[in-house]
Amino acid sequence: MSDAKSVTPLQGAKFDGIATVQEIGPRGMITLRGTLSDATFAAAVEAVTGCTVPAQRKASFSGGNAVLWMTPDELMLMLPAGSVAGALETLAEKLAGVHHLAADVSDARALFRLSAPGVAAREVLARLAPVDIAPGQFGPGDLRRTRVGQVAAAFIMVEEGVFELVCFRSVARYVFDLLADACGETTAQPVF
Amino acid sequence: MLILTCPHCGVTAEETEFHAGGEAHLKRYGPGSSDADFEDYMFNRVNPKGVHFERWRHVYGCGKWFHAARCTATLEVFGTYPAQTHQPPEALLDIIRQKRPGWSWRDFS
Repeated sequence: MSDAKSVTPLQGAKFDGIATVQEIGPRGMITLRGTLSDATFAAAVEAVTGCTVPAQRKASFSGGNAVLWMTPDELMLMLPAGSVAGALETLAEKLAGVHHLAADVSDARALFRLSAPGVAAREVLARLAPVDIAPGQFGPGDLRRTRVGQVAAAFIMVEEGVFELVCFRSVARYVFDLLADACGETTAQPVF
Repeated sequence: MLILTCPHCGVTAEETEFHAGGEAHLKRYGPGSSDADFEDYMFNRVNPKGVHFERWRHVYGCGKWFHAARCTATLEVFGTYPAQTHQPPEALLDIIRQKRPGWSWRDFS
């Protein structure tokens, strides 16, 4: 086998508007399914990421790692790009005998960071997703899987004014163009 | 536009985040059933004006299926519940009885 190197779909594309859109990564991503309330499951998640199992529609963070609540029986673990193989081994070891599924999806997803001081990043997302992103309704640590334009995506608010958005790799260019377009100035009344 | 609450992830969202999956609570008639039963299962659907039970999928969100009870005339949504059941929860039926006295839908009333 050749020494294949992980390449992000847009190779770090960046756009500056009322907010900054930046493609980030490569980052290790593992889809982990199982019984979220199970203690063994929670211990395995913590062993690999240092994060606790997040509550419904939340994300938890520890160091550079994150765990995202995707469905009532699925998490997404975010780790440094090189550590996925080791993490999968640890998960298999810790979850031996426990019904679960762990899959490396690092190369199947694209990641974007949307950031701006103030409420501009909220403004950009509100132009694209049918979600109430008003201050007080959506805050740091909140996660939402929804529709962005015409495709499925998930976004989390990492801290005030900074969102990270995950979508399928195949629609990375579409989502980037969409975000960049929504970062334009308009004469329309701002939502926030 | 319908506003639905996904019973799996708790999100209350508008219709475009979901996908309709047809009538709820169908009983499947497969190999070995009579032609009449199979035809009824395969082709015949109710099309009520008023209370209706439907399957929906949270297609852009958690991806799970659920059931919704709504009024086809006013688009009022009476409630949603997980799909792993043969009948709507009694509490939901009570709400519908209160809001639409005398309603009936297939075997439910």
